[in-house]
Amino acid sequence: MHAVQRAEQGAVVAVARVLRRFALLVLLPGIAQAAILPEDRADVMYHDYDGGGLQVSGPSILVRKGFQDRVSVWANYYEDMISSASIDVVSTGSPYKETRREYSGGIDFLSGKTIMGAAYIRSEENDYIANTARFGISQDFFGDLSTLSISYGRGWDDVMKNGDPTFDDHKHRQDWRVDLSQILTPNLVLNFGYEGISDEGYLHDPYRSARYLDPSSAKGYSYETEVTPHTKMSDAWAIRAMYFLPYRASARFEYRMVFPVVGSYYYSDTWGVDAWNVELGYVQPISNGLTIDLRYRYYTQTASDFYSDLYPRQNSQNFLSRDKELSPFSSNTVGMGLTYQLPANFAPFFKRAEMSLFADYIMFTYDDFRDVMKGGTVGDEPMYKMDSTVLRAFVSFWY
Amino acid sequence: MKRTIVFVLVLLTAAGCTSIKPWVSPYERNNLADPIMSFDRDPVAGTYLDHVYESRTGARGAEGGAGGGCGCS
Repeated sequence: MHAVQRAEQGAVVAVARVLRRFALLVLLPGIAQAAILPEDRADVMYHDYDGGGLQVSGPSILVRKGFQDRVSVWANYYEDMISSASIDVVSTGSPYKETRREYSGGIDFLSGKTIMGAAYIRSEENDYIANTARFGISQDFFGDLSTLSISYGRGWDDVMKNGDPTFDDHKHRQDWRVDLSQILTPNLVLNFGYEGISDEGYLHDPYRSARYLDPSSAKGYSYETEVTPHTKMSDAWAIRAMYFLPYRASARFEYRMVFPVVGSYYYSDTWGVDAWNVELGYVQPISNGLTIDLRYRYYTQTASDFYSDLYPRQNSQNFLSRDKELSPFSSNTVGMGLTYQLPANFAPFFKRAEMSLFADYIMFTYDDFRDVMKGGTVGDEPMYKMDSTVLRAFVSFWY
Repeated sequence: MKRTIVFVLVLLTAAGCTSIKPWVSPYERNNLADPIMSFDRDPVAGTYLDHVYESRTGARGAEGGAGGGCGCS
């Protein structure tokens, strides 16, 4: 495999790492909603992401089953089939394909107004293996108007590198999450969320490169290996509101901000990314079992302290990264979803069945990541832009 | 980070010591129990979209809408 073609593979690895954490956060619904175990339900989804030359698609199957209203178990299989010819790949390597598979399962216990949950997840790909465990507890109080959920996750990752059998490194992950949901009126509920994340170990991408000015190169620049700190800590806060409109529709609002914690295990500095987003959502049931979802999301972030699109020379500083996810940029997302509840006689073996199709369109605008494929004066190339389409098609059964 | 968690817990504990009574009765929560009021109506689909957002950005944490908090189904 060409050395630089793996840069985007590294990006996909990062995608996979994110998903592993998400899976545990969301596939613990018992932690999210106290006093009542999640419904017995099965979902079969096909997902597809297509943008910037990267396509990731595959199935996700989730099954949950409760026993005697006291215990609920779940299992999930998720797969990413990746085909990449993104800006990183075409500028420094050649397209590639790979597959990632993820297996997870968990159990929730209900006792009074308390739910305790545990989960385990394993993700496998040819150069990255991750194991994660998660524990959580959720409690209703204040006349069941308030729900407090606390969870802790810990992960152990093995990082490998294609083409280098001697490369073997590790990454340790921890996160703490606190959620408080508060009913304010018969039509309004608020949710406050906090999450602190701590990563330690091999955090940079073994395939990704940073760009620097090189007068000896015909192009005027060359690439060197990315180097990032070995620790990363971050705090994220979110507030969300859901309001029931008089004509049976719901409106959703979200504000979320993310910023690094000052100080870390080994460095006094941080990665330096500050970000916030706002999201508006609207859900409208209409006739014949149809429900429409509409949403808009704006996101913006600053660059990490050590990011640069073009460094002045080789090894110009101790940390180097040209990861566009660490560059300053913003994105706008518009999305629409359609859910159809199947007639009762169509699936008589189930309490309820639904078919859903969701489509989202994301427009990224980068402020300091240049499209080297378009050429031009070194360091003055046009800024990169990317649009992505996200599709989710799934069927859900309640039993 | 740990200080933040302790601060939140102290805040919540203090709030629990006040004399405020629950002001929304269980029989008033029909609308809140409607599936369209769930922050995460379809967990698998919601998880995936949050994952897409986070994997394309430098920020991370506190995604999704955990906690409907109704307790009234």
